[in-house]
Amino acid sequence: MDSHISVWTDVGHLNDIPRLGSRVVTTPAIDIALFRTADDRVFALHDMCPHKAGKLSQGIIHGESVTCPLHNWVIGLPDGKAKEPEEGCARTVPVRLENGRILLAVGGA
Amino acid sequence: MNMIAPRRSRLVLVGNGMAGVRALEEILSRAPHEFAITVFGAEPHGNYNRIMLSPVLAGEKTFEAITTHPGSWYKENGIELIAGEPVAGIDREAKTVTGEFGTTRPYDVLLLATGSNPVIIPLPGHKLPGVIGFRDIADVETMLAASKSGTRAVVIGGGLLGLEAANGLARNGMDTTVLHIMPTLMERQLDPVSAGLLKADLGNRGIKVITEANTKIILGEDRVEGVQLAGGTHLPASIVVMAAGIRPNIALAKEAGLTCGRGIQVDDAMVTSDPAIYAVGECVEHRGALFGLVAPLYEMAKIVADRITKTADSDYIPAVTGTRLKVTGIDMFSAGDFMGDENTDDVVFRDAARGIHKKLVIRDDKLIGAVLYGEARDSAWYFDMIRNGTDISALRDTLVFGPSAGNSGEAAGVESLPDTAEICGCNGVSKGTILAAIGKHKLTTADQVRSRTKASASCGSCTCQVESLLALALGGDYDATPKVKPVCKCTAAGHDAVRAAILDRRLKTIPAVMDAMGWTASDGCASCRPALNYYLLCAWPGEYVDDSRSRFVNERMHANIQKDGTYSVVPRMWGGVTSSAELRAIADVVDKHQIPTVKVTGGQRIDLLGVRKEQLPDVWRDLNAAGMVSGHAYGKALRTVKTCVGSEWCRFGTQDSTAMGVALERMTWGSWTPHKTKMAVSGCPRNCAEATIKDFGVIATDAGWDLYVAGNGGIEVRVTDLLAKVTTKDEVLEYAAAFMQLYREEAWYLDRTAPWVERVGIDYVRTRLSDAGGRKLLQARFMDSQRFAQDDPWADRAAGADAHEFSTLASVE
Ligand code: SRM
Ligand SMILES: Cc1cc2nc3c(=O)[nH]c(=O)nc-3n(C[C@H](O)[C@H](O)[C@H](O)COP(=O)(O)OP(=O)(O)OC[C@H]3O[C@@H](n4cnc5c(N)ncnc54)[C@H](O)[C@@H]3O)c2cc1C
Ligand code: SF4
Ligand code: FES
Repeated sequence: MDSHISVWTDVGHLNDIPRLGSRVVTTPAIDIALFRTADDRVFALHDMCPHKAGKLSQGIIHGESVTCPLHNWVIGLPDGKAKEPEEGCARTVPVRLENGRILLAVGGA
Repeated sequence: MNMIAPRRSRLVLVGNGMAGVRALEEILSRAPHEFAITVFGAEPHGNYNRIMLSPVLAGEKTFEAITTHPGSWYKENGIELIAGEPVAGIDREAKTVTGEFGTTRPYDVLLLATGSNPVIIPLPGHKLPGVIGFRDIADVETMLAASKSGTRAVVIGGGLLGLEAANGLARNGMDTTVLHIMPTLMERQLDPVSAGLLKADLGNRGIKVITEANTKIILGEDRVEGVQLAGGTHLPASIVVMAAGIRPNIALAKEAGLTCGRGIQVDDAMVTSDPAIYAVGECVEHRGALFGLVAPLYEMAKIVADRITKTADSDYIPAVTGTRLKVTGIDMFSAGDFMGDENTDDVVFRDAARGIHKKLVIRDDKLIGAVLYGEARDSAWYFDMIRNGTDISALRDTLVFGPSAGNSGEAAGVESLPDTAEICGCNGVSKGTILAAIGKHKLTTADQVRSRTKASASCGSCTCQVESLLALALGGDYDATPKVKPVCKCTAAGHDAVRAAILDRRLKTIPAVMDAMGWTASDGCASCRPALNYYLLCAWPGEYVDDSRSRFVNERMHANIQKDGTYSVVPRMWGGVTSSAELRAIADVVDKHQIPTVKVTGGQRIDLLGVRKEQLPDVWRDLNAAGMVSGHAYGKALRTVKTCVGSEWCRFGTQDSTAMGVALERMTWGSWTPHKTKMAVSGCPRNCAEATIKDFGVIATDAGWDLYVAGNGGIEVRVTDLLAKVTTKDEVLEYAAAFMQLYREEAWYLDRTAPWVERVGIDYVRTRLSDAGGRKLLQARFMDSQRFAQDDPWADRAAGADAHEFSTLASVE
């Protein structure tokens, strides 16, 4: 088990992210990319492509995927997995919406 | 000593149209080397399939697709083409013809094929700009331009041509009214019942029809504003198309003293009253008859070729012709005497619910005429009986149900036709001929059949039957699905189909296109969204709202992403020219923002590398303050215009290439294109600016400027093709704008100019741009879209636009 304990942190409102857009939350260790789909669901991944660390937050979002801006890998938003034929995985971060506020499982307590 | 070859006979063709060029083809097939041939054409390009102007107007075909004889065809056949210069006079004594600009050519044999002119009814106002006929590609371009600026159109004449014009205008979004003087539409091809069905079908397409309409006056001051009918009705219109008939173009023949009636009179050998002069096509009058369809003209072409090459003493014998209306979705056919009289019987079939009406006219057990409306698939079967005078007494009871009557369940089709049945009416190609060609030459596609036999090469309405014949001959081996490259895996539609649908169906958002074209993924993918965003932007300048979420990161951020996630910033340096003030400002920006790398690019400007996302607006603000704007080094857009020093300084320079480059860049900057677009201008043929590997390259000469297109560096280096030689700066700018617009409007997304030109052919591009009218229209559309494109994206963002792109959402400790 991961010994690191996270808490839900309010990082902003759903409307701060454009539909089919992305914003970044910085932490001391890593950057986290938040994605908003066409039907207003929000996903969070480490902002690092499993290929060569491209910033996924700068990609094009479609359906439940984001296409990396550097070499066009397609990464699944719910699981961070690269789509066939590529192999690799971006780390997911738990995120939920409550009354339009975005709560992200980051930061220690 | 050299032998002197016997002088070849000189053949001059006047009229570079469908009949004349077909006659040349027939002549070349009989005697490829016998004649030294010159063609004079009033229109400034090679020959095209005039019939297909209707689908071009309706947006279903491009001009390139209907060009049947590009410049290369004339070259390959050793024919001298003098396009854009009408013949002004014939000297029958001296046996020469002279063009309007003075070009004179001697002839031994002269062939006239000047076609006909639209009848323009001399109503008050008929000379106003905006009143046109429907005859050539220039007319189509006028109509397309009118549909971009105006909203209402009036078509005078409810015959074949008028209705095809009306359909095209309506498809371009115009509110269109047809004024027809007779009580029913197309009275020369349709009986009143089917004419009524047609009127209703047109109404469903939003085309209004007023019959028994007597137009009195065409209204307008400087250009047409509307028409007024006899009853006082007033219809506003920004364009009026006169489709009230055609008149043989006999002015030249008459002037030369050839015997003319309504047309140039010819005998059965197609010879005019001067034995050295032949005539074919719509300009002739043969045994008192005039012509308006291609089938008889193609027959004439064979006769005249036999006669001119002296291969046979054939005679032209008039035959029955059939007509179809080329309005997609309206199936109709008419041939022979379809009205009948007291000595004929009618057999009529009606299925009002399905909008089908068939009328057969029978005299003495023979079919003499037919009208099929709503379902015309058996037209070839009936037409064959009309032409051959087949005895139908045994079939009479079931005749109206077509060839499959009796063996119900069996699909009616080409298999039931006799081998003599004519499949392609325009070119007179029978079922037997097509099957023989498929067998002999192992043909597998409709295109191959078309180029071998000419079947379906003219009006195209028999394409389906040609495909059925292929299926019949090849069985399971035939695959009719056309091989188009889909835009991406979200759709089966190809780029051209998508671009056409955006215009035709006036689709104005990405979801609307996806909906209309049946996309499988609701918000597409990273391939199709940028393509659609570009297509919409190009189609609706100033109206479409750019979707930044459908832009690749560089275009969304207006900077190039680097491998470490930082960005590079390249300000414009017009034509590669800079100044101490600009350089000083750049140096200050570098120091102030601690930008790690400064590099001179291969595009003659300066790149600032390693700028962090959140620094971008500030860096831009500082560059803007020194007068610099975005260089679009990141965009599928106009990039750089490279120049050499030119005549200002260089000891070899012939023109001011630097100033020309600056002017080109000032005109074209900011425009979005299917892929990046680069230009260069060199001051002499030493070509220091490498203009011959650019999308648009200009090389100065003593006489002016040579314009080159479709080059690039990169993995597959391609050297440009020459587009044109011009003399003035304005011409360079005009060609550049027109070329950019043609590329913008017709290339597929992510095709640079080189692959695009390889696909459509440089001749196509030359043809489109050598036509002054067409070129000016393209230029006008380019300049119009530039009104909305020349805003510096950096200035907007430095002022706060899209702020969320440049800041993080939150920082968590
Ligand atoms: C910066 C520059 C190199 C330099 O330091 O000189 C450059 C940099 C890049 N070039 Fe280039 N090209 C640069 C001049 C050229 C030239 C020379 C020229 O323009 O005369 C060429 C050959 C001419 C041509 O385009 O045909 C050139 C041919 C390419 C190609 C191949 C294009 C092709 O059609 O095959 C690519 C790949 C592509 O675009 O898909 C490319 C792609 C790129 C990209 C955009 C690759 C990328 O996607 O990241 C590079 C962006 C780096 C950045 O972040 O700035 N670059 N590139 C030059 C910028 C010019 C400018 O001022 O805007
Ligand atoms: C919109 C449209 C749709 C049509 N649809 C059909 C159809 O479905 N089926 C069908 O069978 N027919 C159709 N037609 C008719 C068909 O196109 C004509 O019958 C055919 O083009 C006539 O051929 P032509 O060579 O006689 O004349 P054209 O093709 O008109 O050629 C004559 C050429 O001569 C040139 N010329 C004239 N005077 C001079 C001069 N002094 N010097 C040099 N050049 C000169 C003209 O510019 C023109 O290019 C249609 C026509 C139009 C306009
Ligand atoms: S070679 Fe020609 S174009 Fe190049 S700089 Fe010298 S003169 Fe100018
Ligand atoms: S870094 Fe994402 S695809 Fe290469």
